[in-house]
Amino acid sequence: MSNIPEEMKYTASHEWVRLNDDGTVSVGITEHAQELLGDIVFVETPEIDTEFAAEEACCVVESVKAASDIYMPISGEVVDTNAELTDTPEMINSSPYDDGWIFKIKPSNEDELEGLMDAQAYEDSLED
Amino acid sequence: MSQQTILYDKHVQYGAKIVDFAGWQMPINYGSQMEEHKQVRADAGMFDVSHMVVLDLEGDKVVDFLKYLLANDVSKVTTSPGKALYSCMLNERGGVIDDLIVYYLNDQWFRMVVNAATREKDIAWISQQAEAYGVSVKEGSTLAMIAVQGPNAIAKALSVMPDGCQQVAAELKRFVGQPCGDWFVGRTGYTGEDGFEIMLPETEAAAFWDKLAEAGVKPIGLGARDTLRLEAGMNLYGTDMDEDTSPLQAGLGWTIAMKDERDFIGRAALAAEKEAGPVMKFVGLVLEGKGVLRGHQKIIVDGAGQGEITSGTFSPSMGVAIAMARVPVQTTDRVQVEMRGKLVDAKVVKVPFVREGQLCV
Repeated sequence: MSNIPEEMKYTASHEWVRLNDDGTVSVGITEHAQELLGDIVFVETPEIDTEFAAEEACCVVESVKAASDIYMPISGEVVDTNAELTDTPEMINSSPYDDGWIFKIKPSNEDELEGLMDAQAYEDSLED
Repeated sequence: MSQQTILYDKHVQYGAKIVDFAGWQMPINYGSQMEEHKQVRADAGMFDVSHMVVLDLEGDKVVDFLKYLLANDVSKVTTSPGKALYSCMLNERGGVIDDLIVYYLNDQWFRMVVNAATREKDIAWISQQAEAYGVSVKEGSTLAMIAVQGPNAIAKALSVMPDGCQQVAAELKRFVGQPCGDWFVGRTGYTGEDGFEIMLPETEAAAFWDKLAEAGVKPIGLGARDTLRLEAGMNLYGTDMDEDTSPLQAGLGWTIAMKDERDFIGRAALAAEKEAGPVMKFVGLVLEGKGVLRGHQKIIVDGAGQGEITSGTFSPSMGVAIAMARVPVQTTDRVQVEMRGKLVDAKVVKVPFVREGQLCV
């Protein structure tokens, strides 16, 4: 069974979402998602300062096998991206929940987090 | 419905992720495709290719039959027992029914290896053509096939081969195969590295797989098989060419033997195509920048028209995206590829990209 940390929220499209102490929200892809993609070789992070609506495609992760869109879990403005992924995209494989974070946003409305799945709901969704 | 090779339990035991490939449950990787790729380039890896189809063609007129059936000329190999020949098998329109390898064993016997995905149509076509020549077509369905590839593949494989095969295999020249008892060892492959393709009775396959693993040969999935063959500039049937593609537009002109008057299926169509002059050519591409080239991406060539990527991937050996593509014949040294709505530059190169661990471009 895939590792699904309790403290995060999840989307049906396999992004994880973590609310940071400074009110920003970090986003990455789940362990299950990186397993499906296989070796990741390229990440096109979103432009900083760009605003996206929830569920809008905002960046691309490419593995040897396939290109996969990453969707904005909640609406907000991109405030930071993980620059280390440019040279070491495989960090998403080795550390999907920590070193492999992809971008941070300032949420338009923090309450939107309540609409995402918790760890249990995400785990159940993988079993369906 | 999906079939398993005799080595299926081994794949599961070695931690494979299993996918459906041409109706077979095959390992796509055993963890990391990238590491498996590098393992083959640097050391030795083994591939279960038992899903591929082994056909024994026998009869007094088998040489004449294959001279008619295949676009390459088996006369090139009938001077030397065991010599292998790569060829396309064409339809009357000059399209490729399949690509294959035949080993010349004697004047009455050739062994052929064809693709798994084309098994039924190949057997039907070959059997139909064979009738007039009185040649029998028998499938070696109780054989497993293991490819062992990489710079250390031969030494490691020899160390665990049965006594009877060791000597035979050690003496094989490149692109030659020989039977030894009920095994058959060919010094061939699909990775651009040296190595063997070994056919052996299914009953002995699992034990031999374990012995190879003990000798330090790592299992390699179909994912790395694809990136290895692409780097080696080797075509994949159904992707780089098919029944509607002429081998002349798939970089396979070198396999077409038309110098003499030999009559073979598809010759008239190829002759007409040559007469008219080529419209498209087959080239290698290296992406200049980030991203991954993929099959079916559109290519735009300034002033010359459009083309298409047939196979693309990220090259683990080169650290950039590479592809094989069909482009207008006027194409020179660069093209643009339409990738996710944007145009990106790629350099046109001659394949292979990588051979025997060395970068060629």
